[in-house]
Amino acid sequence: MYDIGKIHLARSVRDAIAALSADPGAHVVCGGSDVLIKIREGKLAGCSLVSINGLKELAGVALEEDGTIVIGPATTFADVTRSPIIARHAPALGGAVDQAGGPQLRNVGTIGGNLCNGATSADSAATLLTLNARLTITGPDGRRETALEAFYEGPGRVRLAHGELLTAIRIERRDYEGFGGHYIKYAQRNAMDIATLGCAVHVRLSEDKRAVEQYRLAFGVAAPTPVRCRGVEARVNGRPLTEKTLERIGEWALEEVTPRTSWRASREFRVQLVKTLSRRATERAILNAGGAAI
Amino acid sequence: MKIIRVNVNGRDMEVAVDERESLADTLRERLRLTSVKKGCEVGECGACTVLVDGRAIDSCIYLAVWAEGRRVLTVEGITGPGGELSPIQQAFVEEAAIQCGFCTPGLIMTAVEIVGTGRRYTRDELRKLIAGHLCRCTGYQNILNAMERVAGVAQRVGGE
Repeated sequence: MYDIGKIHLARSVRDAIAALSADPGAHVVCGGSDVLIKIREGKLAGCSLVSINGLKELAGVALEEDGTIVIGPATTFADVTRSPIIARHAPALGGAVDQAGGPQLRNVGTIGGNLCNGATSADSAATLLTLNARLTITGPDGRRETALEAFYEGPGRVRLAHGELLTAIRIERRDYEGFGGHYIKYAQRNAMDIATLGCAVHVRLSEDKRAVEQYRLAFGVAAPTPVRCRGVEARVNGRPLTEKTLERIGEWALEEVTPRTSWRASREFRVQLVKTLSRRATERAILNAGGAAI
Repeated sequence: MKIIRVNVNGRDMEVAVDERESLADTLRERLRLTSVKKGCEVGECGACTVLVDGRAIDSCIYLAVWAEGRRVLTVEGITGPGGELSPIQQAFVEEAAIQCGFCTPGLIMTAVEIVGTGRRYTRDELRKLIAGHLCRCTGYQNILNAMERVAGVAQRVGGE
């Protein structure tokens, strides 16, 4: 038995928002793989929950007429990976969420929960940052849209007011078309572990595939929140694909990250991972974008 | 208490559950389906794995009320009418993939999901697919042997 004070099983997004608005202390639960474990640990003892588990209007991946990919936040990790739209247009994202937890967890854990819990280690976050993901947030007063990058406030904190729900994750065509991507999760174990460091790259090459047209780099666990490295990107954009460029990406990235020591790994080790993984992820992303090995 | 309508092992039923209880508790305590084991109770060991609408989930971190209108399958639901073992269970017996047996029901249910896809898998793919289970007897090799023997052979088990 979980130590839950009360639970409202929402029948719709509107119902969930109304229930949240009526209960200032309520927490949202969707797949349950974070929230129920916190309750089990006693952290949310006696809590009030609003469950959006199983809400069909929040699940599934769709492609809009203008090519925008719309991911329902209650889509499970497994369903994101299985989606033919994701496999075709954003395979790096499907690959990234396929590394969260283990198989049973990926059948319940959701991509929206992964973002809303604010964890810097979220396996979907770095890749979504490199896809310029935008979030639709619905509240009592209507909808608003925000860039994922602006959504993060601090460790475990996101800009989601009480009563608001994440209702869509959107990726525009110009942010995935022609791009190749790759995500590397470094963890102590190959499964059922949280990333020691995560690194995502999306890159679009010039027509002759010899130069970088647009480069995007993001990390998880290299700062209090998942971070994009805009400085590195500006330095790499437009450059020819050479060993020299590849070599310097990791060094440049260190100027934009603030890894810390935790029980999982030391700051020094994370610094090494930032350098090594950014190079490896870039190499793979270049191959996935149709470029040659350097 | 709340009454949920749920199909368990092929039978439609109504079960009165506490809104705070896990599906693992409902299956074990109310329906006496004790193949469902409670190990870690935080979704790490996989001993409580059951299928919900054909997908393997940890029933210890799944609220019973979420099963409303869904199909739940446990090991009790995959045996024949006379108690005959399913091909998956038979493969576990033949490969000696059981030591203490505590992880076995969960692994069998993951095998049901894997076999249900009708695909063939490499050993590496199977290793990834059973990564949500801990066998503390560490009998993983024989478990994988059993999985290999049955994956892609038996196509339909227990109506999934």
